[in-house]
This record gives sequence, C-alpha cells and structure tokens, in this order.
Amino acid sequence: MNASNLRKVLLLAALWLAPLSFLCVFFFYPLGSIFQLSFARAESGLSQPFMEAFTSESVRRVMWFTIWQATLSTLLTLAIGLPGAYLFARYEFRGKALLQALSGIPFVMPTLVVAVAFNALLGPRGWINLATMELFDLQAPPIKFTNTITAILVAHVFYNLTIVLRLVGDFWSHLDPRLTQAARTLGANRWQAFLHITLPLLAPAIASAALLVFIFDFTSFGVILVLGGPRFATLEVEIYYQTISLFNLPLAAVLSILQLSCTLVLTIVYTRLSARVSRPITLRARQYTQKRLISRQTRIFAAIMIALLLTLLTLPLIALATRSVVRLDPGRGQQSLESPGLTFDFYRELSVNRRSSLFYVPPITAIAISLGYAGATVLLALTLGMPAAWALARDAHALPNRALDPILMLPLGTSAVTLGLGFIVALNRPPIDLRASPLLIPIAHTLVAFPFVVRSLTPSLRSIQPRLRQAASVLGASPGEVLRFIDLPLIGRALLVAATFAFTISLGEFGATALIARPEYPTIPLVIYRFISQPGAINYGQALALSTILMILAAGGMLAIERFRIAEVGEF
Amino acid sequence: MNTTTALTLIDIHKSFGETRALKGVSIEVKEGEIVAILGPSGCGKSTLLQIVAGIEKPDQGSLLWKGNPLENTPPHLRGFGLMFQDYALFPHMNVFDNIAFGLRMSAMEKKDIDQQVEKTLNLVGLADFKIRNVNTLSGGEGQRVALARALVTQPRLLMLDEPLGSVDRTLRELLMSEIRQLLRHMHQTVLYVTHDQEEAFAIADRVVLMRAGEVEQIGTPQEIYSRPASLFVARFLGLTNLLPGEIRRTNGEYVIKTAIGDLPVSEQTTGLVTLLIRPDAVNLDSQGKCIILGKVIETTFRGSLCRTILALGEVSLTFDLPCRPSLPEIGQTLQLSFDPAESLLVFPREN
Repeated sequence: MNASNLRKVLLLAALWLAPLSFLCVFFFYPLGSIFQLSFARAESGLSQPFMEAFTSESVRRVMWFTIWQATLSTLLTLAIGLPGAYLFARYEFRGKALLQALSGIPFVMPTLVVAVAFNALLGPRGWINLATMELFDLQAPPIKFTNTITAILVAHVFYNLTIVLRLVGDFWSHLDPRLTQAARTLGANRWQAFLHITLPLLAPAIASAALLVFIFDFTSFGVILVLGGPRFATLEVEIYYQTISLFNLPLAAVLSILQLSCTLVLTIVYTRLSARVSRPITLRARQYTQKRLISRQTRIFAAIMIALLLTLLTLPLIALATRSVVRLDPGRGQQSLESPGLTFDFYRELSVNRRSSLFYVPPITAIAISLGYAGATVLLALTLGMPAAWALARDAHALPNRALDPILMLPLGTSAVTLGLGFIVALNRPPIDLRASPLLIPIAHTLVAFPFVVRSLTPSLRSIQPRLRQAASVLGASPGEVLRFIDLPLIGRALLVAATFAFTISLGEFGATALIARPEYPTIPLVIYRFISQPGAINYGQALALSTILMILAAGGMLAIERFRIAEVGEF
Repeated sequence: MNTTTALTLIDIHKSFGETRALKGVSIEVKEGEIVAILGPSGCGKSTLLQIVAGIEKPDQGSLLWKGNPLENTPPHLRGFGLMFQDYALFPHMNVFDNIAFGLRMSAMEKKDIDQQVEKTLNLVGLADFKIRNVNTLSGGEGQRVALARALVTQPRLLMLDEPLGSVDRTLRELLMSEIRQLLRHMHQTVLYVTHDQEEAFAIADRVVLMRAGEVEQIGTPQEIYSRPASLFVARFLGLTNLLPGEIRRTNGEYVIKTAIGDLPVSEQTTGLVTLLIRPDAVNLDSQGKCIILGKVIETTFRGSLCRTILALGEVSLTFDLPCRPSLPEIGQTLQLSFDPAESLLVFPREN
C-alpha cells in the first residue's frame, strides 16, 4: 500500500518537474522581482500602498466595473457560443470547416487591429455610418458605437466566442448520442434530456470555457483602452495607467496582486467544481454523433446560427479587409476627393522604407519572425503542457494536483505590463541573462498559452478509459509505449486544439511582447502598432493592410490544421 | 496431464479504501489447466484477475509463477493475456491493428505479425474482418476480436474476465464449446472468471467458488455439484430445496426431523441443521428407501426435463422430473422416491 502510494507520488513529481521549474524561473521569479522593486519604492512602509488601494473610491469603482463587465461579457459569450457549439458538434454541413476556422480568427487578432476593424465597420467614418449618411442624407453619423459599453461587450464576445465553440463543441462532438436517446425512450422530452443528461455531462467543458472567457474579460486591456475610451477602466488598464503614466509602481503592484488573487480564487473554485462533476465518458467517433441537416426545424436553426456567427465574426473583418484596399481620403499629391476607389497602394507602401528608419522591417521578415516565435511557442507549450495535463488527468484527487492546478492558471490572470516589466527586471541580468536570447518571446508567449494547452488536454486524457491502458500494458506495452500508442492517438484531436491555441496566442500577443521585443525583431502586431501610432492616412492604411495580412495568415494556418486533422490523426 | 504448478497465489489481501475486496485468497493453477473463478458479482473475482495481471498490487500475500515471485514484474513483462469484461478494444485502431498490438510490442517482424494475426483471425472465425472499424462490431464479434487479441501473443497464462457476459444465449452456448475446444487444443493455462455456473462447469477443469473476497470451495465441477461445501454454495448452484431440521439419535439410527417427516441420514451428529434435497436425484416410482407424496402446483417445461414444484403440506419443493411419458399436470398428486445417501445433504444451521 505505502510502496504503491510512494510510486504514485514519485511519478507525479517527475511529471510536474519540468512545468513547475519553468513556472518558477519564468513566472514567479520575474513577478517576485518586479514586486520587490515596486515595494522598495513605497516611501512610507509596505502597508501604505495597500491602504491606499483599499480605501480609494476609484479603485473600488474600477474593481466593480471589472467584475460586472466580465460577468456580462461571459454570459453573452455563452448565450451565443453554446447554440453554436451544438451546431458544430451535432451537425455536418457544407462549409463547416471554413466557418470553424473563421471563428478562430478573431482570437488571434491583436486588440488594436480589432479596434480598428470595429471602427472601420461601426465608427463615425465606418461603413455602416457612411452608408446610412449617404442613404438618408444625414449630416452626422447616426450610430454611436465607439466609447460605449456596447462596444466593449461586442468586442469581448467577438474575441472569446471561439473558446466556447472549441472547448465545448469539441467535447460535445464526442458525447455519445445514445445517452440522450436512452433518456428520450425513458420518457424525457428534448429539453429534459438536455437538462438532465447533456448539460451535466458537458458541465466540465462549459465550466472550463466560461472560466477562461471570464478571466480574459476580467483582465481585458486593449479593447477597453481603445474601444471603451477614457471613461472605462478595468484593473488591468488601471495597472497600465499607474505604471506607465503615473509611475506609481507600489500601487500598480498592489493592483497586480489583487488581480492575481482574484484569478487564483476563481480557479480554485473552478477546480473544486470540475473535480466533482467530471467523470470518464466513452467517447464516440464523430461519424456516429453527427448527422446532416434534414428536418425543417434543424435547417432553420442552422441558418439562424450561421447567419449570426457570420455577421458577428466576419463583418468587422470584412470591413477591415475592404478598407485596406479602398481609398477614401485624397492620396499623396492628390488635391481632391475625386477618385475614391480601389487601390493597392497601402500594400505597396509596406515594402518601402520611406523614412529610412533604422528599425524598418519588410513585411515578409515580420511574418517570418512571427511564425518562428509561434512555432517555438507551440513546441515549448506542448512539451511542458503534456506532462502537466497527464499528471492532472491521472489522479485529480492527489494532493499535488489539487494544489498545482490553480497555479497553472495564474499567468492568465497576470497583467501583461507587470509580467513584461518583470522579464526586463529579472531576466536581463545574471543569474539568468536572456537579454539577447531569441527565446525570451516564445517563453513569454508560452506562459500565456500554457493554461490553454493544459485545459484542452486534461479533459480528453481524463476521458480515456483506464481499461484501454491496462489492456495495452497486459499485451506487453511498457508505460512509454502505452503513452505513445494509446494516449497520444486518442487525444490527437485535443492535441491539435492545444497546438492551435498556442500558435494563435503567440501570433496575436501584444502587451508583453511590446515591452520585451527587441526593436530590430518586431512581430506583426508590433509593426501594426508602429503604423497606428504614426499620424496620416497612409500609415493608417498600412496598418489596415498588415492587419489584413495577419488575418489571412491566421485563417490559413487554422484551415491547414483542420485539413491536417482530417488527413492524419483519424477520427474515433 | 502435466502436473507442474504454473501460478500460485498465497493469502492475497486487497482493500479499496474501506471495502475489503479480497480477504486472504490462495489458489494454485497447474500448467495447461483451465481454472474457473466463480462467484456472484462483487465477490472479488475481477480484482483477483487484475492482481494476477499486475494492474493492481496486493496489499498482502504473494504471487508466484513457477515458484518465482511476480510482485516486481510490471504488467507488460509478465507475458500474461487478459481479455477484459467489456473487451477494451482500442477505439482508434481497426480489427487487425488491435490484434497485432501485442505482437508489435514484442518487436516481431512485420511478416510474422501478418501471418500470426491472419492465423488467429481464422481461428476465431473472423477472417474477413481485418480492416473493420472496431466501433462497428456486434457483441459476439467484439468478443472474438478481444479473444484473438489476448491469444495471439501466446501468453503463458490467459485470463478471461466474464468473456461471454454480453452475448445472447445461442451464441453463448456455441462460443462456450468453441472456447473450450480452442483452449484444450492449445494446451493453454487459463484463469476464467464468470458468475455463471453453467459456463464455469462447461469450460473448467477445476472451479474456485468465491464469496465476499474469500474462497468458499475448490474442486472439479462434479465434486462441487455433488458435494457443495456450504449452504452458500448450494444456494449459488440453484439448489433451493432447503428445509430446517433437527437430527436426533433414535435406536442407534440418526434421523432428521423436518416439516415433511422424519428421514434417515448418514451424518453421525445431532442438533439443528439445514437439509438439502437434490432436485434431480428423485424417481417417479417407489423403488427408493424414502417415499414422499406431493401435489403439483407448477410445472415448467425445460426440454428434456420438467421442473415441477410440489406442495407437501406447508412446504413446497422443486424437482427436475423426466417429461416422458407425459408432463405432470397441475393439481395431480405425485409419488416420488429417493435414496437418502444420494439425495440428501446436511449443513450446519446458519443464522
């Protein structure tokens, strides 16, 4: 009894070794360093910044706003995401792979680009306002979108819908429909069968999706800053102001700790809940769980859902793409607005270093840099995430797992500004000097991607019937071979989902990258940001053009992964 | 028959939290022998298989293969085959790959693997199923694939966990004789777990009857059926003609006093007991030493035999009687005779 317990604990320790060391060196150490530095600046003792934070009316207001906008955004995302997940999980229809790939694109778009895209659609000079002004001969734009709470909510749903579609949809697609059928034969109606069978079984997936969405909305930065305007501030935005504008590092550190504590509490609650509700479920091949849209009802439902998803997900992106090839303002050297029309000038401009800037990077180089970082992030995140997910899946009740699971989520709740500064403070000097290392950025991206990887893999690993591993073992497969021939192929799908997350997070990450990237090696979002922060239509146009390129890149990558999945891994 | 001892279990204990699944089980299996472990669900028989396979570790006790301890051999190096109760076929592999898995793990050459799998598929009658998706197999087909997968590696010991649990009766009878022939033919050492006595008796050389984590009786099917060691075994075998009684000694003879009268017994003890009357060791005549009269209250046609329930005063007893020349009619009074030495068994009274 004791010997086998000891072996279990040793195995868990071995699995946790790499992920945990990584977190210690690249998360806790930089974070500790920046907190230490911050509090060292507090003039009247350590308690003073805490007192300041807890008595301040404005901090309380920020806290309240952060919570309610995140709650509302999460509920909205679930309200649209769950029917969408159902559509993807249970029905086979033409163009599904394309729609699924499209749904993932917003997730990789830098917040600045999303703000620009929504502006191109709904802003004062966006397509819709321009069209209505033209149609009804109005003097002022009729729709006020920018700087409203609606803009924030819509952008949050736009961003995070894919999390619900993927996490819930994927799990749902392998749920045995016979379970619901059994309930129906036992007298449950459609709704009762959903409420008593499907919903409880989906609960872990829904909970993990909701938690991720909530944390993203809770720590939202770019959307609030750009689309919400100065009236709205979340904790993360407040940390940014306190750090960059006011240089009140002690208060920023306190707010950062507050945000981290909230994330930790959320995650602990979630872990307790999910351990209680998740159970091994026989996964069924999709060919048995999916059917065609045959009945009238399902067709109407599908039509409404597809229209809704297309509108929400693609209209801003289409607005962005079209604005990048349309000239509305007079071009260089032109006097009048006579020739608004199609143009590829913005794309051509990208390859011209007009100002002979020292840090000029041709677009192809930026793309290569971004793809390189993304590839490294996928490798690193999977290498570290696999053993962690495996340990979590083996025994959810073991003490190390219960303690470590919430800690994995911490990087998600950490302010990118704080973390970026932490990297600069801690990793630019001995004992760990990574100033010149090209690994610094993939490491930062891996921290953000890591929770996604673990969250995607664990439920899938947990769902593998223990008997399959035992059967393989009795047939002569060593533990390594069991992992290779049973676990890996069975979680192939989840592995690709995890890889997609890591890839796209790396492509789109902006906050931390902006602080730690070396100016001569910028990623695409950084180059876009450079264009946006310079005045003039030509710079704005180039930002639109490069954003469109990033969008196409992300969509292409995601489509390729969908294809690869069908060809290689095989369905079960 | 070879008499080398293959597997030895000595005083195996296993608990899962508060539940004591095994409370000191000792069993020996000889080489080439088919041993069935029989018992109601929850008696610990599947746990025992998992311990032998190395999937679970015993809390106490030892496990030997030909005298060598097995405790430190991991499951994949034991060279045993285990066919799981629900088959545990790998859902991401087709029939061929499922069966070939064990051979691939032993790094056999591809050519030989193909040949072995082919041979085994023919053996279990699934020659045309090579590339079939295992998720589309019927119960009987899945069972054959699972059997083939366990057999193909030629394991030193084959363990079957309720292998016929989910197949229908006709197929069950067919597979029962097929499996027995197959295993005999291969001179395979087998541990066969089942809750079905018919299955155990049909397939096994020896039967280990288990109850609540302990061995209740070990013996050949004939031994167990003719001399059940306890009231539990008798009940489990479906012997339900149980009457409370008291043995007394009168005039040097031992006689049991029951609700249906006094019957002579060969037991040399006195006191409160439970009497078993075998349902099949009675005749429809008056040749035996004891004669009883009863009224037929129910008959069930069972092919060659007819299960008849007789009322003898307050007591009702069940007998298997020949159907010929005619079925007993309900309400009819029958006279049966039997030989007490052959038909009566006496157990100490249980509370």
